[in-house]
Amino acid sequence: MVDYSLNNRKYVLGFSVAFILIIYLVRLFSLQLMSDDYKMRADSNAFMRRILFPARGAITDRNGKLLVYNQPAYDVMVVMKEQVGVDTIHLCRSLGITREWYERRMKEIKNTVGYSMHTQQVFMSQLSAKEFSNFQEKLFHFPGFYIQKRNIRQYTGPYAAHLLGDVGEVSPADIENDEYYRSGDYIGKLGVESSYERQLRGVKGSEILLRDVRGRIKGRYQNGKFDVQPIPGKNLTLSIDLELQKLGERLMQGKLGSIVAIEPATGEILCMVNAPTYDPRSMVGRQRGKRHKELSADPMKPLLNRSIMGLYPPGSTFKTSQALTFLQEGIIQPTTQYPCSHGFHFRGLKVGCHGHASPLPLVPSIATSCNGYFCWGLYHMMENRSKYRTVQDAMTRWKDYMVSMGFGYKLGVDLPGEKRGLIPNAEFYDKAYNKSWNGLTIISISIGQGEVTLTPLQIANLGATIANRGWFITPHVVREIQDEELDSLYTQKRRTMVSPIHYETVATGMQRAVEGGTCRAAYTPEYIVCGKTGTAQNRGHDHSVFMGFAPKDNPKIAIAVYVENGGWGANYGVPLGALMMEQYINGKLSPASEQKAETFANKHISYGDYVR
Amino acid sequence: MVTTSGKKSFMASIDWLTIVLYLALLAMGWMSICGACYEYGEPKDLLSLASFSTRTGMQLVWIASSIVLGVIVLMLDDRIFDTFAYLIYGVLLILLFATPFLTHDIKGSLSWIKVGSFSIQPAEFAKFATSLALAKFMGTYGFRLQGSWKNLFMCIALMVVPMVLIVLQKETGSALVYLSLFLMLYREGMPGSVLFIGIAAVAYIIVGLRFSEIMLLGGLVSLGDVLVVLMIILFSLGMVFVYCRPSALIKAQEHSRSTMVSLHSLRLRRYFYIGLFAIGSLAIHVSASTLVDHLADHQKKRVLVLLGLRDDPNGVGYNQIQAKIAIGSGGLAGKGFLNGTQTKLKYVPEQETDFIFCTVGEEQGFIGSAIVLTLFLGLLWRLIYVSERQPTAFGRVYGYCVFSIFTFHVVINVGMVLGLMPVIGIPLPFFSYGGSSLWGFTLLLFLFLRIDAGRTRLLH
Repeated sequence: MVDYSLNNRKYVLGFSVAFILIIYLVRLFSLQLMSDDYKMRADSNAFMRRILFPARGAITDRNGKLLVYNQPAYDVMVVMKEQVGVDTIHLCRSLGITREWYERRMKEIKNTVGYSMHTQQVFMSQLSAKEFSNFQEKLFHFPGFYIQKRNIRQYTGPYAAHLLGDVGEVSPADIENDEYYRSGDYIGKLGVESSYERQLRGVKGSEILLRDVRGRIKGRYQNGKFDVQPIPGKNLTLSIDLELQKLGERLMQGKLGSIVAIEPATGEILCMVNAPTYDPRSMVGRQRGKRHKELSADPMKPLLNRSIMGLYPPGSTFKTSQALTFLQEGIIQPTTQYPCSHGFHFRGLKVGCHGHASPLPLVPSIATSCNGYFCWGLYHMMENRSKYRTVQDAMTRWKDYMVSMGFGYKLGVDLPGEKRGLIPNAEFYDKAYNKSWNGLTIISISIGQGEVTLTPLQIANLGATIANRGWFITPHVVREIQDEELDSLYTQKRRTMVSPIHYETVATGMQRAVEGGTCRAAYTPEYIVCGKTGTAQNRGHDHSVFMGFAPKDNPKIAIAVYVENGGWGANYGVPLGALMMEQYINGKLSPASEQKAETFANKHISYGDYVR
Repeated sequence: MVTTSGKKSFMASIDWLTIVLYLALLAMGWMSICGACYEYGEPKDLLSLASFSTRTGMQLVWIASSIVLGVIVLMLDDRIFDTFAYLIYGVLLILLFATPFLTHDIKGSLSWIKVGSFSIQPAEFAKFATSLALAKFMGTYGFRLQGSWKNLFMCIALMVVPMVLIVLQKETGSALVYLSLFLMLYREGMPGSVLFIGIAAVAYIIVGLRFSEIMLLGGLVSLGDVLVVLMIILFSLGMVFVYCRPSALIKAQEHSRSTMVSLHSLRLRRYFYIGLFAIGSLAIHVSASTLVDHLADHQKKRVLVLLGLRDDPNGVGYNQIQAKIAIGSGGLAGKGFLNGTQTKLKYVPEQETDFIFCTVGEEQGFIGSAIVLTLFLGLLWRLIYVSERQPTAFGRVYGYCVFSIFTFHVVINVGMVLGLMPVIGIPLPFFSYGGSSLWGFTLLLFLFLRIDAGRTRLLH
């Protein structure tokens, strides 16, 4: 029996099924074709972008001795979204941190620039190998926590801290200034690490990994087709001679001050000693912050790179620059004699001097460091109305000479934080003396006192300029960058306004100072040393200064030694400078010199009332 | 002569279109299993995919054995199905009853029996047995579903017994499949209102709970309440319009055996039934929401999430969200064979069984998914067509049982994966991994093909 009223029901069923499946097709259409949202969520599900950090460039001294290298360290990373439900107490115990530290750190992470809850953030940096292996075993307890291998800097010795600098975590300002950096990255903070950051850091790479639902890495996306290999940082060869640097640091123990040596022909800095110093090895890893704080609080300012940041009166070493200026300007001839009766006496003004024959021409004046001679010279220059219309014009002319010798402005050394020193100009005195001043008012600048300040680097550069008889190359500490040319600033000669012939005269004066003047202690029969002492007056005990170079012809080294409160230039400056030159020229110290070096290394200057 | 011509006509009488659809679905199913089971980093060549040590290789074994099974079924005499229908049904009921006592708990399910190194799931075979029993019962001479509540209840009883036994195995999803047989009953003359009431009841529960949190009129009633009441009014008015028109009443009077029934009393009776429907509807809604309200919060949440009524990205709803992500990331053309990341990296749970359609969506994209859905639609329509051409009620009923069961599996499974249906764990025919379900579906389908192939003989 066929009931025809039921016949239509097959259509009801057939169309109902079709209707439902069409709804499904519409749904598929909207899921798969209408929005990228699911695609992106799938990517964030499965893709993990891991940064591949390049090895930072290594740093060697001029002879290829390794100074700075990399050591593996391990950072604990956290992905906020994944770490929900982690047993914090267990975590803190495993990492040896307090609950409070954990809470604070988590808050910090969330507040950092560029924070994302889906990506890895540095939770704790630089675990030691031992801490790492302990934590690694327990890592599976803490979903959302990862370990990332990083390189930290390591130093071969306790030397040249200021020059090498160090690396630390980037500051929020660094991240804002350079989009290369992400929170937790490292950046060079001081010294060469900072000034050559771009070359040393290399280029970060990245790899795209596939991770499964439990966060386990299952492999590389498309076999690493989209991975970018990191480019290692470039190695740097410094111009520093490690042995010379070591000796300098040893000699400066227990003193404040600086020794800078330059190879005159190239402008390469051979050593840059700062005292007091610190061990760069103590600025590595997690203790960096604490150590940095301690050093900052030290009244002796061990973090200060005195060689380029210390502003000192150059004292009598400055007289060489005056002689050169007066000669070039025709104020004096080498034969010009000025009287000196225990100093410069004129119109009630008195600048004292030690006893020596009088009057003297230029060369012996340099050799004996006669104050009177240079006071007269400056006075005659400032008051020469046939040459200069006003004292201001004379002053401007004088200033131009000083600037051409690299004073008054930053030299441009390849280290951060260089100071420019002070070379006063006419406006400066107009302001200070309400325009009523003359050559006598400013007479003390002729002997490197008064308003004039230089950095030890500028003093050493003066030595190098005289050694070259009239030119210098901007001093620099990096001799070679792997696969890269040096900045042309560090290869081009800069000439002063003084002709070489006058330099020869001054060099002879400096030679005489060593052979029979103030620098006798620097004399050696092996090569001709040119030197100039300085005894810079100071509120406390005088500073002991030496500037010199050797040998006189084809000089290999120019040097400045500045020992704060060291007294006469001959007390510390000369002997230390002589030892340094011997070390560099001979490659070692003679036994007698070695003994002398030991004596000086053990001499301590008391800075009980040190205030700066 | 007789044998050769008989053989020829037999080969010709097989419904080859269904077999082609079956093989096409099997092929796409195996590709999906490859995508779902492929472990990241393994070789991608065909030989290692077919290795028996992997699930893809095992599935290949199931597919091959299913085809063999199908061929064997086609070679049997179709009359034995009719003859042994109750016996088969009885044996499977016993097996279903015994299963929980013979098994170990697998993920909270008591439905697996270990045979050697394989586990089989008797519930998958109970489908065809129940279909056979229903076909046999409803194929009896003079059987009439219309106007016989007794017969309807007998049919429902045949369905409910295996359902209850399967619920006892903690396989609620598989048990619900038997409800799909109401579609067959509808075709065979069950009043449409019964199907309608059933569907309406489900709609009340889902809509009511879905919007139960949105309060209106200062917390007096929820939006769910309002919507359900509106639905009830709409349905009731519709019924009044359909059943109480003068023309409908006259028609009913003509059909009625006693012409004594006046139009007036007939109308009153119909109003009464419609009123009963409305009150019953309200009762269902009130009891469902009261029940849910009295559950503890976490239980309530679980019910809502299980019904797909609330998002719970990290809990129960996680499956559906990950499924949507996997499918959505496929785009138009998909990521390509074995290139899906979401399924490969196990973001989608149950991805080779209940959520296998995700792999289709992710690796084959919209195009592949549309092809699969079209193949299924083609199969379902073909089942209707073939059922309708059966000369016997036995064949037609069995055919509609097959149609109903496949429809339920496809609609529920795909709907669940797409986030349109509650999470009910049942396999997608020919796609989900596993021998039992594949064998079960193959038996179900090929029995029908065998019955269909025998239709010509019966015509003579």
